[in-house]
Amino acid sequence: MSKPLEERAQRVVDEFSMFDDWMGRYEYLIELGDTIPAIDESEKNDDTYIHGCQSDIWIQTEYDDNQDVLRFSGDSNAKITKGLAALIIRVLDEQPPEVVANAGFDFLDTIGLREHLTSQRNNGLQSMVSEMKQRARQYTS
Amino acid sequence: MPATTPPSTAAPAFDPEAIRADFPALDQTVYDDAPLVYLDNAATSQKPQVVIDRMNAYYARENSNVHRGVHALSQGASEAYEQARETLARFIHAPDPDTVVWTKGTTDGLNLIASSFGPTVVDEGDEILLTEMEHHANIVPWQMLAERTGASIRVLPITDTGELRLDRLDDLLSEQTALVAISHVSNALGTVNPIDAIIDAAHAQGVPVVVDGAQSAPHRPVDVQAMDADFFVFSGHKMFGPTGIGVMYGKRKHLEAMPPYQGGGDMIDRVSFEGTTYDDIPHKFEAGTPNISGAIALGTAAEYILNVGRDEMHAYESDLLDYATRRLEAIEGLRLIGTAEEKTSVLSFVLDDVHPYDAGTFLDRLGIAVRTGNHCTEPLMDRLGLPGTIRASLAGYNTRADVDALVEGIRKTQDLFG
Repeated sequence: MSKPLEERAQRVVDEFSMFDDWMGRYEYLIELGDTIPAIDESEKNDDTYIHGCQSDIWIQTEYDDNQDVLRFSGDSNAKITKGLAALIIRVLDEQPPEVVANAGFDFLDTIGLREHLTSQRNNGLQSMVSEMKQRARQYTS
Repeated sequence: MPATTPPSTAAPAFDPEAIRADFPALDQTVYDDAPLVYLDNAATSQKPQVVIDRMNAYYARENSNVHRGVHALSQGASEAYEQARETLARFIHAPDPDTVVWTKGTTDGLNLIASSFGPTVVDEGDEILLTEMEHHANIVPWQMLAERTGASIRVLPITDTGELRLDRLDDLLSEQTALVAISHVSNALGTVNPIDAIIDAAHAQGVPVVVDGAQSAPHRPVDVQAMDADFFVFSGHKMFGPTGIGVMYGKRKHLEAMPPYQGGGDMIDRVSFEGTTYDDIPHKFEAGTPNISGAIALGTAAEYILNVGRDEMHAYESDLLDYATRRLEAIEGLRLIGTAEEKTSVLSFVLDDVHPYDAGTFLDRLGIAVRTGNHCTEPLMDRLGLPGTIRASLAGYNTRADVDALVEGIRKTQDLFG
């Protein structure tokens, strides 16, 4: 059984609390982008593409019906967006569909990155989360 | 004369530090630790204290509806409102204040023209000529008009440096052309278009021209009579005025022939259920209670610019643009987008290996406000093959120190993301 969402979110918060300046948090976020479960180039198509006004995202969802969990892979052409996508995937990956569908993102508040998940930013992340939740709802009974 | 020519002796009267001190918003830090460097003036400008004070004074002591009351406050408000119209007429050298119609802004003005004037000149099978560098606000209203009338859109292309292909103008201005709509200055590239030549060519074929002056009115002297524009529209908020107020200038003959845009109070002569007669221009186009405080304060903003000296401010901004261009050109891995011979106030650029969103987000954290993305010019970005650019845009209160801060910020951005 994978770790609960709250535990993973807390882990993220703990990691980010190691940096006492914003520059360190940004550098770490950019590094995290490299840890994203990378979507296959061949899977970058209209189905996985999310158009943001400012940056683009690709997100793919797979359902494992043996374990009743979702698996995500993704990418973005902007590094900050990619880092945040990696963070969100890290928290939601291998979680049951109900958990994904109802997930909150308070941990982004705690690490001071919440503003990136607003529609005002137009970076596609909010659409990405909506898409992940919508896919998740397809597998909830 | 090219705008980028550095005046070796900028007008001595123009003191950017004194101008800067008039704008309270410029004197602040963001994110607790970053002094604000405001370089997003093409999106909106900051406001001088006199404009803020004028709005406050209106609401504190003068608030009343215009053109309706016999009482003292209403007469005072009506007078201030019409005086502001006279100031704006002077600002663009309109022949008389009746040809200056208040709007919500450039977008509103363009929609008014497309809705009201458009159908009087555009018929099925006709063509509306735009350019490849237009803002969405100067594309979409015309597409909607084309859809309604059965007309089609033609597009004057640009060169790689971001200048209009005037050599294609003769081809595109055809018997079918019913209307030309073109920006005076490009919001995404800063290119100053040869508006006189285009208007002359269009008029030679009897075609009216609508000029989007959103990016020119704040930065350059504008003379709508000398350019012979049929319509010239701009926004207050980009020229030190309030949001939600703008101007549509139109030639008297057009304004008189056009039907009203919206119906309601203040735009009528007489109303009965059998029929209604409309007020004269400009009030025919100003239905309902207008943005009174906005119009009055925009008058103050225009006065402010006229007092500072438009030619002086333009010369100063040209010099600053030239300095900024040289400094950005010297940065390795930076490519300026839009290198027209004649430009105003805008520096659009891309960085090798750095996405504009990353750059904009990081610069913002450093206190440097720029705009990133497609700047509401998706067709232009498609033409240039770019997902977007980073845009720094200047105003008369910016200084070389602001440009230096931007250059330093770009270096740090490249270090982090490159």
